[in-house]
Amino acid sequence: MAKFNASIGRRTLIKAGVALGASQVVTAPFIIGARGEESVKIGLVDPLTGVLSALAQSEVDGAKYAEAEINKKGGILGRQVELLVEDSANDVGTGVQKTRKLIDRDNVSVILGDVNSGIAYAMSQVTNEKKVFHIVPGGHTDPITGTDCKWNVFRVCNTTSMDTAAITPELVKRFGKKWFFITPDYAYGHSLQDGFIKALTKLGGTYEGDYLPINNQDFSATLIKAKAYAPNVLLNNMGGLTQINCMKQFIQFGMQKDMALGGALYELETVKAVQPEAQAGWWDMEWWWDQPKVPEVVKFVGEYRAATKKTPSARDWFGYVAMHSVRLAAEKAKSLEGPKLASAMEDMELPPEVALQPGKVRYRAGDHELMPNIFVGQCHPPKGNPDNVFSVEVMIPGEQAAGSVAETGCKMVRPS
Amino acid sequence: MIELILFNLTNGLIIGAFYVLMALGLSLILNLSNVINFAHGNFLALGGYLAFMLAPVTGYWGALLISPLLAAAIGVVLERLMIHRVYGRDPVYSLLLTFGLAFVMQDAARWYWGPNPLQIDMPDVLKASLSSSLFFITWYRVFMVAIVVATVVGLFAFLRYTRVGLRIRAGTLDLETVAALGVNVKLLRTFNFGLGCLLAGLSGVLATGQLGLNPNMGDDLLMPSFIAIIVGGVGSLAGTLFGGLLIGVAAAVTAAVYPAGSEVVIFVILLLVMLIRPRGLMGEEGMLS
Amino acid sequence: MTATILAATQRPAQRRWLPLAAIWLALIAAPFWLPLLGGYTALAGKVLVFGLAAMGLNLLLGFTGVLSFGHAAYFGLGAYGAGLMLKYVTDSTLLGVLAGTLLGGFAGMLFGLLIVRRRGVYFAMCTIAFGQIFYYIAYSWNDFTGGFDGLRGFHREPIGFGPLTFDIADGTKFYYFALVVFAIAVGLIGLILKSPFGRTLRAIRENERRARFLGIPVERHIWLSFSISCFFTALAGTLYALLNNFADPLTLHYSLSGYFVIMVVMGGMRAFWGPLLGAAVFVVLQDYISSMTVNWMSFIGLIFMLVVLFFPRGLLGMLRRRSAG
Repeated sequence: MAKFNASIGRRTLIKAGVALGASQVVTAPFIIGARGEESVKIGLVDPLTGVLSALAQSEVDGAKYAEAEINKKGGILGRQVELLVEDSANDVGTGVQKTRKLIDRDNVSVILGDVNSGIAYAMSQVTNEKKVFHIVPGGHTDPITGTDCKWNVFRVCNTTSMDTAAITPELVKRFGKKWFFITPDYAYGHSLQDGFIKALTKLGGTYEGDYLPINNQDFSATLIKAKAYAPNVLLNNMGGLTQINCMKQFIQFGMQKDMALGGALYELETVKAVQPEAQAGWWDMEWWWDQPKVPEVVKFVGEYRAATKKTPSARDWFGYVAMHSVRLAAEKAKSLEGPKLASAMEDMELPPEVALQPGKVRYRAGDHELMPNIFVGQCHPPKGNPDNVFSVEVMIPGEQAAGSVAETGCKMVRPS
Repeated sequence: MIELILFNLTNGLIIGAFYVLMALGLSLILNLSNVINFAHGNFLALGGYLAFMLAPVTGYWGALLISPLLAAAIGVVLERLMIHRVYGRDPVYSLLLTFGLAFVMQDAARWYWGPNPLQIDMPDVLKASLSSSLFFITWYRVFMVAIVVATVVGLFAFLRYTRVGLRIRAGTLDLETVAALGVNVKLLRTFNFGLGCLLAGLSGVLATGQLGLNPNMGDDLLMPSFIAIIVGGVGSLAGTLFGGLLIGVAAAVTAAVYPAGSEVVIFVILLLVMLIRPRGLMGEEGMLS
Repeated sequence: MTATILAATQRPAQRRWLPLAAIWLALIAAPFWLPLLGGYTALAGKVLVFGLAAMGLNLLLGFTGVLSFGHAAYFGLGAYGAGLMLKYVTDSTLLGVLAGTLLGGFAGMLFGLLIVRRRGVYFAMCTIAFGQIFYYIAYSWNDFTGGFDGLRGFHREPIGFGPLTFDIADGTKFYYFALVVFAIAVGLIGLILKSPFGRTLRAIRENERRARFLGIPVERHIWLSFSISCFFTALAGTLYALLNNFADPLTLHYSLSGYFVIMVVMGGMRAFWGPLLGAAVFVVLQDYISSMTVNWMSFIGLIFMLVVLFFPRGLLGMLRRRSAG
């Protein structure tokens, strides 16, 4: 039994705690208020804890780097930028709550987020209601700029349709049209597989596949099925850790001798964490750091590495682009009001030092989707540099892969 | 067709073996101390992370041997520091305590080792596959089963034939009498807790070879362990063993027939057992009820 | 123990009326004073919703002495029930609230039948496992519940008809709607606790064996207490769905169940208003800490551990001891 003389000790503890807490809470708004006159506040909600934290952290890194860069050059509309980061903890209720907090209490002008598309969608309902400009840096499901598109929401990363349409012709050309899908059974997985099927059948392909639970850990049953089907390509649509395990088991069973491996996204954060044998297959990168022919990229990567000691991934780029897009839209609209920012952003083309890739990169007006290049290529163990795990084979312009606005199902309703 | 069934059964036993190891540790702690160790999944992760730290120094085999012991040591320290204070109190407190502990351990792992998944280097002999034409089994899976079998046999032998084991079993049935007979119950419980954490840590090292290492890895394995215990019968270690194998096989067979349902099936089994035989398949009436 | 109960009931009428008035005044004025302290209206809404859920749980935990660590299942069922109703069937917010409450409540009644003979830790384990069943259903059944991404496509509809419509889309208006629902629910809980049924529950809490010897059908009372608490927690869940205009599987997960339990314990299990206080402290703390640091999980975990080890009677429990002793 604990011989802890409770009564006096605990009471003092509580009093001290309450005093401390109260002092923080009471002074906080005054501190915020004092700065509020000057800075432009941008709120970023991302799942910093939970299974998506590695990706979320990269987005935050990119956004913070951009914040510093923007402030060094004078800020937005002559005011310094303040990036407020909140953790959505991969939970919708928390994400929505934090969004409300950022808008109601902290008076942010812009909201960024979330990596988790379900949360991004729920957040967009709040931002739409409050007429706040909202950019989704990295949440992938199609409806955000498709059937659920909103006048105040823009997206940096690609739709699943874009990613699947970009890589399919390459895979068919190289390996063949008989495919096998391993897909997680939820909205994102379904939209990936549907995208692939659409692109594949256009080229006359055939397929079979399995839907597995999102957190499935053992793939042997489905890999056996795949082997029996003898496809040209196996599509690994699983995400996060399950994607890694699927790769591992595929290689463990020696299936790479019988068929090629591919899919949509295999992100740098994930690739670096796996053993060399699992660094394989054909994938899309939504942005890639190694573009020796583009001077802006070389400069950016060098400076980013110096500042953060890591090589930027697509996620870092998403955060970076989101922040700069706000700056560019604000400068064009000369205002921070939601509707004005939104109309300034439509069809806005990113300058080369923000786009960081060749070609015209713009936010399409019809669905508010950014149209960058999609880097299709092959993943391999590091050559020299530990980040050199991907070789770009071909770059597909986003607009080519995206299809028309009508096909996305977006019917934009303008603000009243 | 028969081959497919055979394969899935084997696969199920392999998955089940793994659940068994996790669930046995949880069951030990539950039976003797009446504490649901919510942090059990975190001890699993801890075992994996310790192996990750040790492997460069001691090699894989050394890490396999030492990290469960280290995990057990940490478990013992935590038990002495705080967990023993909630024995005998309303179960709400032990649940909240281990729940809070789980949060702290998970966040600590994420803070210290980072959110990115990590790997342990396995000896090449384990990575090879046994046969990739018929059975998709790598030597690693065989190895895992072998370790589990050895551990389970060792555990049951320990409980049956050693004095400490006897005391633990007696304590599960009637702790008061055991104390009255002069056994140091405090020490017994601490040892028991350590033993449970040892099993969790071992599961962690084995899991790392299969799944890789990340701070959340214990979460997905905690629920199947609970279910294995309830289905097998609370209070019965043999029941836990059987329950773990049953749900492993069920999950594997479902994965072959209706893949999307392979997670839900273990809950279906839980429901059926609760409806038909609420005390569990091998549970004894009166045990913790 | 008896001294405390006697003391509580024998407090002079004024002293009993004053704290009650203070609580209601604070709740009614919340949208005004909360922002001054760095809060925001949605936070107050969350406190109300979680407070109601915790008070529902407390009927079982604090007043009957039975631990359920899976109450989030009924909370979540309430949320999904309301959401599904509003999305597929009707435009009426009130019907949605009713549907969700009934769904969660009936699920609780059915489940209660299965486990009412169990006690203690085993009972708790079963409640956890059962809660997870609903979690898995919600996140696997993509076509119906929206699966992993959650149920979307519904929102708060105006209440009433014709000239009497009350639009609750606005945050502050919704807060008052929730407050009214909260008041009715809390009043009902109070009535139940004051009734002979409520007193029997307390008797069961104090000494189950003695209650049994007195001829009280203990299992039936526990089942009723369990079921009623599920109805109230489910009601809170419907409000949560309306607060977010969204229902997602994590509202069914055992971690939320754990949060409800800590709110009850932190506020004081045996006090009527304990869970609301616990919810207020927990929600505000969590909101505040998670904005300050990424390591907020450690702090929350520490709070759990500190409460268990050093403040097991909760805030109101300690205040009570001081006034009685």
